[in-house]
Amino acid sequence: MCGLCGCGGTATTQQHSDDASESHEHAHGGGVWHEHHEGSVGLAPGHAHASGLLVRRMIQIEHDLLAKNQRYADTNRGDLGGRGIFALNMMSSPGAGKTTLLVRTIEALKARFPVVVIEGDQQTDRDAERIRLTGVPVRQINTGKGCHLDAHMVGHALSDLKPADESLLFIENVGNLVCPAGFDLGEARRVVVLSVTEGEDKPLKYPDMFRVADLMIVNKVDLLPYVSFDVEACVGFARAVNKGLRTIILSATRGDGLDEWVSWIAQECAQFRAQGVGARV
Amino acid sequence: MHELSLCEDLVQVIEEQARQEHLGRVCGVWLQVGALAGVEAEALRFCFDVVTRGTVAEAAHLEIEAIPGEAFCLLCERSVSVRHFAEVCPGCGGALNLLRGQELRITQMEGE
Repeated sequence: MCGLCGCGGTATTQQHSDDASESHEHAHGGGVWHEHHEGSVGLAPGHAHASGLLVRRMIQIEHDLLAKNQRYADTNRGDLGGRGIFALNMMSSPGAGKTTLLVRTIEALKARFPVVVIEGDQQTDRDAERIRLTGVPVRQINTGKGCHLDAHMVGHALSDLKPADESLLFIENVGNLVCPAGFDLGEARRVVVLSVTEGEDKPLKYPDMFRVADLMIVNKVDLLPYVSFDVEACVGFARAVNKGLRTIILSATRGDGLDEWVSWIAQECAQFRAQGVGARV
Repeated sequence: MHELSLCEDLVQVIEEQARQEHLGRVCGVWLQVGALAGVEAEALRFCFDVVTRGTVAEAAHLEIEAIPGEAFCLLCERSVSVRHFAEVCPGCGGALNLLRGQELRITQMEGE
């Protein structure tokens, strides 16, 4: 159990990432599917009837399922904003080039800003190792079976990392173009990275991710001569889902667009600090 | 499969409510899920059955009320039904403001 908040979460941070046994398994029993209790559907609020000696009661709740994550996200956002720490939540499918982009970005920015990184993956600290070589502090979160980072895990990683005031914080989410879109981490801006090998129609196929993003990076454009990818159509699809979405065309390996990306970060960071706490939501 | 972590949070809410209301067993749970909430109802059902095992809500009936997407066009001054975020007003082709369809909430539960 976690000493900070008493949680029994299954995610592990880097110091105890080998302890996979912390994750609990839910075994599937044979044939235990949900049953339909037709008689109880649509009962009026407050309806009660006797069931043996016990009284069956209906309880009104009205509780948002994402409320718990949102509370942690709000706490993170308040802590980060209060200390002028500009956080970017970097999301993409696996293999879009997030870590390569991060390494290049850190090299370009570390002389101007203190930089810290939170890495999210289901297993291994390979990405954290790559970031560590740049010399900036990094914390790897292994989500185990989890398909996304949540605000609670990020809060713990921040407690471990203790970033300096006025830092840049890059959070590399678990590679997944679906689930991370639904979980606010307390970040200032959301960036979705799409590589040209994935196809230009991804914004239409996975609209939730592109709808919540502030910036779309079209990465690996050095491969455009070898793949069938229509950049203009891709940007059009993304803007159909998110009208005001900014786009940067980039190659993390060759360097195209890196200056524009670095300028965007500096500009958004300045704007975030001028606006103060809680600018994102 | 973020439905799994959502169900884990759902079970926490249920257990908390059951404690407050002194319920020994929860036999029914009602959810509202919007068409644009990014959640699959069938995946929720599957995860709910798995995650509730051994809890106060084991074998509870899960009732999911699907909330259709509805948006409003400021130019045409009318509401239209939507299935995706990318949709525009069928009347004028303009942008729409979403009114409902992103709900993801537990509304009531039944227990004894």
